[in-house]
Amino acid sequence: MSTGVTATTQKTVGGIRRKFAPWNDPAAVPLIRYQNVTKRFGDFVAIDNLNLDIYEREFFALLGPSGCGKTTLMRMLAGFEEPTSGQITLAGQDLVGTPPYKRQTNMMFQSYALFPHMSVWDNIAFGLKQDGMSKDAIAARVEEMLKLVKLEKFSKRKPHQMSGGQRQRVALARSLAKRPKVLLLDEPLGALDKKLREETQFELMDIQMELGMTFLIVTHDQEEAMTVADRIAVMNHGKLIQVDQPAVIYEQPNSRYVADFVGDVNIIEARIEATGSGTSTLRAEAAGDMPLTVHQEVASRPGDTVFIAIRPEKVRVDLDPPTEQGANCLPGTVWDIGYLGDLSIYHVELANGSRIKAAKPNLTRMVERPISWDDKVWVSWSADAGVLLTS
Amino acid sequence: MARNARGRWLVVAIPYFWLLALFLAPFLIVFKISLSQDAIAQPPYFPTFDLSEGWDVFREAFGELSFENYGYVLSWDNEFLEAYGSSLWIAGISTLLLLMAGYPIAYAMARAPKSIRPTLLMLVILPFWTSFLIRVYAWIGILSPEGLLNQLLIALGIISPDAPLQILATDWAVYIGIVYSYLPFMILPLYSALEKMDDTLLEAAADLGCTPIAAFWKITWPLSLPGVFAGCLLCFIPAVGEFVIPDLLGGSDTLMIGKVLWTEFSVNRSWTVSSAVAVLLLLVLVVPIVFYQNVQAREVEAR
Repeated sequence: MSTGVTATTQKTVGGIRRKFAPWNDPAAVPLIRYQNVTKRFGDFVAIDNLNLDIYEREFFALLGPSGCGKTTLMRMLAGFEEPTSGQITLAGQDLVGTPPYKRQTNMMFQSYALFPHMSVWDNIAFGLKQDGMSKDAIAARVEEMLKLVKLEKFSKRKPHQMSGGQRQRVALARSLAKRPKVLLLDEPLGALDKKLREETQFELMDIQMELGMTFLIVTHDQEEAMTVADRIAVMNHGKLIQVDQPAVIYEQPNSRYVADFVGDVNIIEARIEATGSGTSTLRAEAAGDMPLTVHQEVASRPGDTVFIAIRPEKVRVDLDPPTEQGANCLPGTVWDIGYLGDLSIYHVELANGSRIKAAKPNLTRMVERPISWDDKVWVSWSADAGVLLTS
Repeated sequence: MARNARGRWLVVAIPYFWLLALFLAPFLIVFKISLSQDAIAQPPYFPTFDLSEGWDVFREAFGELSFENYGYVLSWDNEFLEAYGSSLWIAGISTLLLLMAGYPIAYAMARAPKSIRPTLLMLVILPFWTSFLIRVYAWIGILSPEGLLNQLLIALGIISPDAPLQILATDWAVYIGIVYSYLPFMILPLYSALEKMDDTLLEAAADLGCTPIAAFWKITWPLSLPGVFAGCLLCFIPAVGEFVIPDLLGGSDTLMIGKVLWTEFSVNRSWTVSSAVAVLLLLVLVVPIVFYQNVQAREVEAR
């Protein structure tokens, strides 16, 4: 799998406003460059010959399961790990060999790592004092940071006298105080509850916009990455699987791994019958005699095995056969229903025993839904809904 | 409910009973003796409280108690005040030496790989498996003019055989003895303070522009202060009253209150004066003990 933006992800997804997209501008100079970076811990390869460019003012997310190397990749930029081979540059400057205390990056730690013996004020001022800033300038900057994270009243508190959410803000203020070239956020919201996490995500975006800084965030939470980031890099086993904007990652995943990791997905194994002029016809065991159509060409030949990925919200479920022309339509039986309040997820068993998920918004306040367990139903999706994946 | 309350009372009562029986009662006896006067008798002081001769005699005995012995001990004419001062000085210097020796060891232990830490901890405690007295005696064999240390230095040609180092029977031998004997009491509280420190704090300090040395003084040292206080007081308090080490390793001019107390008790056979010395020593040590309690309470609060 090649890194960076692949050819297939470039062509579709119309209607996205691309105001900020330096990665599409060949003249743009990246702020951060990882070049052929490999990191080994003993026999374990944490980062495998990786290349990545991150641009100024970008909010960039590293997304992946634990152990995929995303944290190592970030820690190498902070200077806590040195790459085994390869080069990392920040604003054109080679970072390899530079100790962390000489780098223009600051990190917000997952555990916050606030100094327990110092007040909030002293925590935020800590980095500024190291730089030998004047007392007045330090005071002004600390006040500004306290205002930014809305903690003006708490400056004299010690970390153990504060709630988790407040500590998170102190950690953010401390890492922002030195105005680093890049702010590194290591699972910054992991310790917060869901509601507070969602609020804080938007605050992070506001702060990033306001300060015009480059943010690099590490997270295993795909919703968090989709919400905050301009671009997401999906990682696995020390490699970048796909790097693109959130909507492209979701709608045009380049592999079953990405489709499955980001959001919910139905994957149907199929054989190609014909492909060309923007349309592929396929046969799948799950579909029985019915041919399936996807508006996408692939480089594979007839007879090759490919995978159709369809998001549940793009699958319709009806009691009567749909009348829409050109749709893929299969009969089945309702096997299970997951009621989530806003949505209901219908698990429909197809003729060959495989199951397909369809998400249906609950638009009315009916308690009894028309479709129930064991009902004979039709699942359908348009030829534009599915994505053909070869890997 | 009632049964529960009684059970709770019992649980609290047990430690109080032991404190009463093993600490307060003996202390009151010593205090009473310190207020008595020497006598050639058995026991060698009077008055003795004896109920067999009736209440009036018992009450009269109270009238014969006095603070005379304290006046004697606190007088500049005698060597006691000097001995108190000298004990505090020797204990203070020893505690400083202990801190300088113990901190790097505790730090190295706390930074060692997790798997070997229990082994290191056991090695620190290992000397306790041998008698304290025997270990102090062993130092005589090392420090004496014809001892192992001098033999080694002569063999290496560092000093001449005619002029061996005179360490035994000096204050230096006392310092060496105290530092050696008390080192585990310094290392253990330091280790427990350093071991629970979060490593990411040092990463955060480095990230914010601190060199490793600056990070030590701004993060590690202040966070280890509770351990430093605990270790210092744990060494200082018993070192002030130390008797065995100055007696075995120190010279005749090594003045320590424990030694003076022993002489007063066994050579001069004055139970009353030695009791007064002991009570005053306790008063001197109450200050650091209360301080230690305060530090501990604050540490518990911070958690």
